Amino acid sequence: MILTKAQYDEIAQCLVSVPPTRQSLRKLKQRFPSQSQATLLSIFSQEYQKHIKRTHAKHHTSEAIESYYQRYLNGVGKNGAAPVLLELANEVDYAPSLMARIILERFLQEHEETPPSKSVINSMLRDPSQIPDGVLANQVYQSPSLICLQCVVNDCCYGPLVDCIKHAIGHEHEVLLRDLLLEKNLSFLDEDQLRAKGYDKTPDFILQVPVAVEGHIIHWIESKASFGDECSHHAYLHDQFWSYWNRFGPGLVIYWYGFIQELDCNRDRGILLKACFPTDIVTLCHGVA
Amino acid sequence: MAAVLESLLREEVSVAAAVRWIARSAQSSEDDPGEAAALSPLRPLRKEFVPFLLNFLREQSSRVLPQGPPTPAKAPGSSAALPGRPGGPPRGSRGARSQLFPPTQLPSPAAEVPSARRGGRRRGPGPARERGGRGPAGLEEGAGGEGLPWAASRRPRGSGSPGSPSLARSDPPNLSNLEEFPPVGSVPLGPAGTKPSRRINPTPVSEERSLSKPKTCFTSPPINCVPSSQPSVLDTSPWGHGLPPGCRSLQEEREMLRKERSKQLQQSPTPACPTPESGSPLPSRIGNLTAEPADPAGVSSHRRLELVALIYSSCLAENLVPNLFLELFFILQLLTARRMVAVKDSDLEPSPGALDSLESPLFQSVHDCVFFAVQVLEHQFQVLSCLDKGTLKLLAENERLLCFSPALQGRLQAAYESSVAKVSLAMPPSAQAVSFQPETDNRANFSSDRAFHTFKKQRDVFYEVLREWEDHHEQPGWDFEKGLGSRIRAMMGQLSAACSHSHFVRLFQKQLLQMCQSPGGAGGPVLGEAPDVLSMLGADKLGRLRRLQERLVAPQSSGGPCPPPTFPGCQGFFRDFILSASSFQFNQHLMDSLSLKIRELNGLALPQPEPSDEDGESDVDWQGERRQFAVVLLSLRLLAKFLGFVAFLPYRGPEPPPTRELQDSILALRSQVPPALDVLALLQQGLRARRAVLTVPWLVEFLSLADHIVPMLDYYRSVFTLLLHLHRSLVLSKEGEGEMCFLNKLLLLAVLGWLFQIPTVPEDLFFLEEGQLEAFEVDTVASEHGLDGMPVVDQHLLYTCCPYIGELRKLLASWVSGSSARSGGFVRKITPTTTTSLGAQPPRTTQGLQAQLAQAFFHNQPPSLRRTVEFVAERIGSNCVKHIKATLVADLVRQAESLLQEQLVMQGQEGGDPAQLLESLCSQLCPHGAQALTQGREFCQKKSPGAVRALLPEETPAAVLSSAEHIAVGLATEKACAWLSANITALIRREVKAAVSRLLRAQGPEPAARGERRGCSRACEHHAPLPSHLISEIKDVLSLAAGPRDPEEGVSPEHLEQLLGQLGQMLQCRQFLCPPAEQHLAKCSVELASLLVADQIPVLGPPAQHQLDRGQARRLLHMLLSLWKDNFQVPVPLQLLLSPRNVGLLADTRPREWDLLLFLLRELVEKGLMGQTEIEACLGSLREAQWPGDFSEELATLFNLFLAEPHVPEPQLRACELVQPNRGTVLAQS
Repeated sequence: MILTKAQYDEIAQCLVSVPPTRQSLRKLKQRFPSQSQATLLSIFSQEYQKHIKRTHAKHHTSEAIESYYQRYLNGVGKNGAAPVLLELANEVDYAPSLMARIILERFLQEHEETPPSKSVINSMLRDPSQIPDGVLANQVYQSPSLICLQCVVNDCCYGPLVDCIKHAIGHEHEVLLRDLLLEKNLSFLDEDQLRAKGYDKTPDFILQVPVAVEGHIIHWIESKASFGDECSHHAYLHDQFWSYWNRFGPGLVIYWYGFIQELDCNRDRGILLKACFPTDIVTLCHGVA
Repeated sequence: MAAVLESLLREEVSVAAAVRWIARSAQSSEDDPGEAAALSPLRPLRKEFVPFLLNFLREQSSRVLPQGPPTPAKAPGSSAALPGRPGGPPRGSRGARSQLFPPTQLPSPAAEVPSARRGGRRRGPGPARERGGRGPAGLEEGAGGEGLPWAASRRPRGSGSPGSPSLARSDPPNLSNLEEFPPVGSVPLGPAGTKPSRRINPTPVSEERSLSKPKTCFTSPPINCVPSSQPSVLDTSPWGHGLPPGCRSLQEEREMLRKERSKQLQQSPTPACPTPESGSPLPSRIGNLTAEPADPAGVSSHRRLELVALIYSSCLAENLVPNLFLELFFILQLLTARRMVAVKDSDLEPSPGALDSLESPLFQSVHDCVFFAVQVLEHQFQVLSCLDKGTLKLLAENERLLCFSPALQGRLQAAYESSVAKVSLAMPPSAQAVSFQPETDNRANFSSDRAFHTFKKQRDVFYEVLREWEDHHEQPGWDFEKGLGSRIRAMMGQLSAACSHSHFVRLFQKQLLQMCQSPGGAGGPVLGEAPDVLSMLGADKLGRLRRLQERLVAPQSSGGPCPPPTFPGCQGFFRDFILSASSFQFNQHLMDSLSLKIRELNGLALPQPEPSDEDGESDVDWQGERRQFAVVLLSLRLLAKFLGFVAFLPYRGPEPPPTRELQDSILALRSQVPPALDVLALLQQGLRARRAVLTVPWLVEFLSLADHIVPMLDYYRSVFTLLLHLHRSLVLSKEGEGEMCFLNKLLLLAVLGWLFQIPTVPEDLFFLEEGQLEAFEVDTVASEHGLDGMPVVDQHLLYTCCPYIGELRKLLASWVSGSSARSGGFVRKITPTTTTSLGAQPPRTTQGLQAQLAQAFFHNQPPSLRRTVEFVAERIGSNCVKHIKATLVADLVRQAESLLQEQLVMQGQEGGDPAQLLESLCSQLCPHGAQALTQGREFCQKKSPGAVRALLPEETPAAVLSSAEHIAVGLATEKACAWLSANITALIRREVKAAVSRLLRAQGPEPAARGERRGCSRACEHHAPLPSHLISEIKDVLSLAAGPRDPEEGVSPEHLEQLLGQLGQMLQCRQFLCPPAEQHLAKCSVELASLLVADQIPVLGPPAQHQLDRGQARRLLHMLLSLWKDNFQVPVPLQLLLSPRNVGLLADTRPREWDLLLFLLRELVEKGLMGQTEIEACLGSLREAQWPGDFSEELATLFNLFLAEPHVPEPQLRACELVQPNRGTVLAQS
């Protein structure tokens, strides 16, 4: 699961301009059978997000929005059963969920008196049945709500369901880590306890008694249920890991879905990377002197 | 001045008397009347004697120079039994010896040589004994007649007449010596006619000399011009671009010489050639690189050298010289002199008449130099024996020393063998962050959320900057200001509130202490690279190793024996940070904080003596106490250095004010400014309390960063005067009751000596200051046992504080290796001291008799007992407060919460004004705070004795133990109660307020229904699939159903069944489940049900059978129903089943099948998942939507059917099921 930069680049190379659908993912799995699905999905997702961040702006010009909306209306008029928005999103190389959002926003602008707030849009995307599609109800496949649902369930990188899955994965790994710590009899403070004490930055776990892993002192452990690529790792370093170091000293980051080997270069400075729970933990001995 | 020296040499005056004369202004009863008579006319010149002597020696040794062709050895010397070990390339041990101090007079000739080998020690018993030396009496002859005054003697020299006696005994001509053979056209000068203005040896600089720094210490002022590997205070800073003007010209000069040198280099090979083993000089090509052997038989004038050595040693012993270690360095330079610059052949002829006069050179050969050096070293054995093991070994192995004084060699060998080897491994100076402490760092310590979050960011920026500095500062071309300046200023700009400044300063100061306190951190290249082990290897291997190392390691200069104040290693970061931040507020807060910390540490109660205890146990205690002292001392030095840096920052300039008027006006202004820290008072206190050993070292650090004006200010003048008096009083040979420990003295002498060499300290300060030295009696108040009398300083600490002492070793090592001492690698590594907290101030003592009794109790107990008790009291007191917070206060908060709940229920959701609520709650609860004191007392009573018992030795007598426990309880209670009574009400208020606002916030939309429903049965092993996996799987099914899909895609009914089964397992286990995931799962399950009802799920299998059969669909719906009923703990959005869209999906099916929907609706009612009326409402609103005509009709039929069907018990549902397909068909067909 720990990939060299070269291995990682090979995978990333295959992901250029690939739509975020389950079919793409299936192909990717066939292409790299030795990698776990979770790792591949995580890499895919991150690469795709990078791509979207780069191109986001061009899809949000008013011209682009207008043209997408017109195409949506035309498509809906022509053929009720065709996945209009999905096709549009794939064609312009944009995430279906995000395309759905653009269209929904535009749609609501037209049909509501007041422009919709962000939270209303979010809530509708989370639960498309809230979308007031009475207007188009005579053809259910053209109803915005179903179209939005279609976009959301066919997008493996964006959308409320994907967010929920990611959140769930993160939570599950934190629970897993907590269990492992309990099992190893390592006492710790978790994020909630730390926050209650007024800590301004809180890793997932702070060990009450530091341990050593592979010869490095560990004061805290952060669980990351994703693949550690350069971009995300640097962001995490800046926003989290160094901040933890600044407050609590050296610590351990577990990228459960692996990371790029070359990123594990701050060991001596106090950030250790692992792709699993360490096996050789050295604890302080309380033996008689 | 020379007259004095001459009368000494003539033995008219004994050395002891002379030293007494120099050291004290008044006549002493010990003085011989004749001597007094000889000296009294010279009285006005008294204080000029020492500078004269030092300059005289420097000047005399100036001929010990590296360049020139090999000098033929003097007749007896070359055939001597012990050939000197020829070194490799000469190092720069012999620097340009110009005047150390501006001379007032020049040497006078001819003196006779008294003997007094070991006389002249302080308070020697008298001239008679001292005269009983062993010098050959014959040397005294003729001296009297030649006793010319110096002015007269100068004339012949000045005229440079070649045949004059002054040149008579010189070495053969040295054509490369520009001094003796100046370029045509220049005014010739006799070798002894050296002008005081000669600062740099006018001969072309040899490369090794320019690389080695030591010579520069003999220029005056010595340290300005030392190019240091460390950024000096004076360079790299915006306010001090250049060196003082004198220095600048020196540099120019040096630059020119360097060019000259490079020319030379091209002509001659580099000195990297191996050292020949033979003692004979090499042929001329590399001959000038070897050392001349030294032979006792070659010494020209024993008696004279002995006498001068004696006078010189006596001055050293009386601390009449500014810097002891500088003199030792000089002596070692003489010891390791390679060769003497040759003078004319004719000079080899001894000229008896000139022998004893000052007219003839004091050092006529290397033999003389070595002889003199060994003489002085014999007197300085006590100091030498305190040097580190490496230096001792090098000294003991020095063959010249062995040859000239086997006795001294033996003593040194013994000292080396008995010296405790301390090879310590320095830890890499990696930065450790200051840890976040909720007590001081959490939100409650900030004025606003914004300040809190700003500081959060600042902390991160600070460390980011620090890390970047770590990465880059050693890269060439990287510039602190360019790289980090703007970021630092941007960060400082955000520190608006004063409170934020103090937070940041606290962080800054803590980080400073943490990174730089341990010498490892301060280390950098100066505190070196080469481990101590190297010097333990012995001379032979060392030489080879050194040469190897020099090839590997880039040349690196060290600061010489008197380096300027620098900020080595990590300290540079903090210095540059302060400069780049250039924030007035920051500097002010920093000064405040540093001053406070210095006062705190300076006043810290440090170890008390344990007089009678001499067993191993107390030894263990002492280890700890020494360490604690070292930690405190090093911290203080660091803090004081930075305080000095910041305090004098606005005044510092590269040079003193140009004119007297300007200087006066500056003085007038500056004398108005109160000192940043009242160092004078602290120094006086320190001296009085006999804690000079703690106070002076940090004070020196502070003063070393002063600007040029500071020493002229009255206030600081007094400080310097005190320090000078102290310096004079630290006579090393004095021992006994009430005296400072030897190493303590040595440390003070070293740091003071260093201070007196700082460029900003006026050169004349040391000699001009003429107070009533005898009057310097510090009234040591009662404290018989101050720190000064305790062996708190050890060798480690001495070397840590004064790394320049290591230059002695470097010098000796370079003699061995025959190479230039350039890589600065021989400085002892120092064990990093732990950055433990320095302990808190002892608690304020209770009033009255009890307190006195307690003090008395401790007085006769080991100090560790007191520390233990104080420590226990401090901790228990603090724990007590924490305990009260966690119990009593927490209880009150809970009460407040329930009271609030009640009130909220009573007053409805509105609850009224929060402020009022809070007030009423507090008025109810705060009176309970009184319990805190009772509980606190109980706590301390319960906890303290056990702790004391655990920490004291088992063997502590019962009575002592119980008293100790008792005192600990008392102190702890006092501490806790003092805090509690002052703060409990405020604490309760604060906590209640926080709870109230928490509660009121929680009153909002989400009632936080997480609670204790979480968790599965104890037996569960959590093997259920993960929620994320299930969401993902269901999402896949949904996406297949929503399309688009490939023709071959689909799901098997078994898979669906398995999926729902797993969902059930997972919902039962719940180990990994979080509420958002459960909510999404609930929603997805409803979507799935809708798709099942609408028969939209593509099933795998033969093309004909692309739909689920009804039985399978029902089974799945049943599973879903039971999940909804039994397993989901979040609300399931079942009404979605009847949303227009989901019902609309049915419209698309041909034939439309309503039976599953009807079945589902009935089951929902049946299971109590939805009410009949709720469904009716949904169905009702469905009909309002616009549907295709036929669909509306069918919908209406369904509605009627649902209404018509009465609530039927489970068994009858079967019948209904059987009927429904038909009905569905009917509907579809209609």
